[in-house]
Amino acid sequence: MEWLNPIVQGTLLGGLYALFAAGLSLIFGVMRLVNIAHGDLIVLAAYLGLTVTTATGMHPMAALVIVVPAMALIGYALQRGLLNQTLGDDILPPLLVTFGVSVIIQNGLLEVYTADPQTLNAGALETASVAVGGVTLGILPLLTFGIAIAVIWGLQWTFYHTSLGRAFRAVSDNQDIAQLMGLNRRHIFGLAMALALGVTAVAGILLGIRTSFDPSIGGGRLIFGFEAVIIGGLGNLWGTLIGGVILGVAQTIGAKIDPGWQVLAGHIAFLVILAVRPNGLFPRVSG
Amino acid sequence: MTTILRLQELSKAFGALTVADAMSYEVQQGEALGVIGPNGAGKTSMFNLITGTLKSNSGVIEFSGQNVTKWSAAKRSHAGIARSFQVPQPFSGMTVFENAMIAATQSAGMHGHQAENFCLEILDQTELLPKANVLAGSLTLLERKRLELTRALCAKPKLLLLDEIAGGLTEAECKSLVQTIKDIHASGVTIIWIEHVVHALLAVVDRLIVIDFGKKIAEGEPQAIMESAEVKEIYLGIEADA
Repeated sequence: MEWLNPIVQGTLLGGLYALFAAGLSLIFGVMRLVNIAHGDLIVLAAYLGLTVTTATGMHPMAALVIVVPAMALIGYALQRGLLNQTLGDDILPPLLVTFGVSVIIQNGLLEVYTADPQTLNAGALETASVAVGGVTLGILPLLTFGIAIAVIWGLQWTFYHTSLGRAFRAVSDNQDIAQLMGLNRRHIFGLAMALALGVTAVAGILLGIRTSFDPSIGGGRLIFGFEAVIIGGLGNLWGTLIGGVILGVAQTIGAKIDPGWQVLAGHIAFLVILAVRPNGLFPRVSG
Repeated sequence: MTTILRLQELSKAFGALTVADAMSYEVQQGEALGVIGPNGAGKTSMFNLITGTLKSNSGVIEFSGQNVTKWSAAKRSHAGIARSFQVPQPFSGMTVFENAMIAATQSAGMHGHQAENFCLEILDQTELLPKANVLAGSLTLLERKRLELTRALCAKPKLLLLDEIAGGLTEAECKSLVQTIKDIHASGVTIIWIEHVVHALLAVVDRLIVIDFGKKIAEGEPQAIMESAEVKEIYLGIEADA
């Protein structure tokens, strides 16, 4: 019983990590772009949530109605205006440019919002809980996990059952041929980034309700997202969810042993899996 | 007859290698034009120039009366130019049906059930219907060639470019493919067909052009062209050596 609690809590935490990772995974899958600014975009979404809730008095979850489309617009503009120009045979330019975007976002947030830690006030949702078989489950972590499953299911459905998803997969498969089939690669990439940042907006709001945030924490979220993607196997969204869960459980068990070991235990679990299964646990089988 | 495609003085060079040298010709609506020439003559490059994957150094390409020289490949695809590749290039991680649907929805701009029904019709015509839900990466060579044709047809082309689609097939396979292409031509689609399998080509085309070193060296009625001294020397001479 003593160990059941951290395992359950870690599993639910994994839902949040999977949300961090889903956008990263989608972008890499469609256009082979490694987005170093992903963590900072999560933090940006949290701050947008803060602005919306303080300006309108809305509940942070309700603010998603504004923050998700806003982040999607930012994503489309960022991709069409900047990132498309960096894509090519060389993977270095997008890495450098997104690193630059990361620095710009961090400093921009610092300028506008200062370095003071902030939280999104979600009222009763923050502390509400239910007791299930001796383990107390927070409503927020349960909700987060449920949203993660819904988002990943939604992305999978989009990929395999819609015209847009087919376009994503076609461009991912062979860009040149996709162009000859009338697909505008730049537009499709813009839509992929819009979708990814829409998911990122959800992750940012949930992060902001769960913990305090400041402009510097993006890097850490990026690492958690990367680890979840790689543990799960590149290009497999359900694998990403399992990767997030493994990372979350490793962290809560680490924290149970010694509170200082939380983050370290997650990294160790990641390194062990990388050493044993370099392609992740569930790599996509290529056709 | 109206002219659907007109190349005027089209030139393209990669450094010292000239793949198109002041190439000019016209294709009429509903015509089937055959293209022959030795390997490396610039035949496939000419297709790349027409579809827009290669940009010419100089010259003009007109399609359906519009100057498309500066258009992107995607825009030319929307306008009605489709091609098949000599080495089939399917979206290998997607099913045959999904490959067809990409062309129907993105290039031809169809939607929903209309697009699905159209793709099923084309798959039936190209005899790939039984393989509709198979991953394209697992197809045989003939099936891949048929998928190239399927994808091109699902784009509802006005102009269909076929690049050595009969190459590498057995005699029986080739025969059935030629029949499919004849049917497509009979339905009113304009075809330009590059082919080394000359008897397959001659069974379909109305006119032949011969290309060597990026230059058009002969043009005319197929039988007359095949018997001309120039073709025998340049084209068949090399063929005999190979």
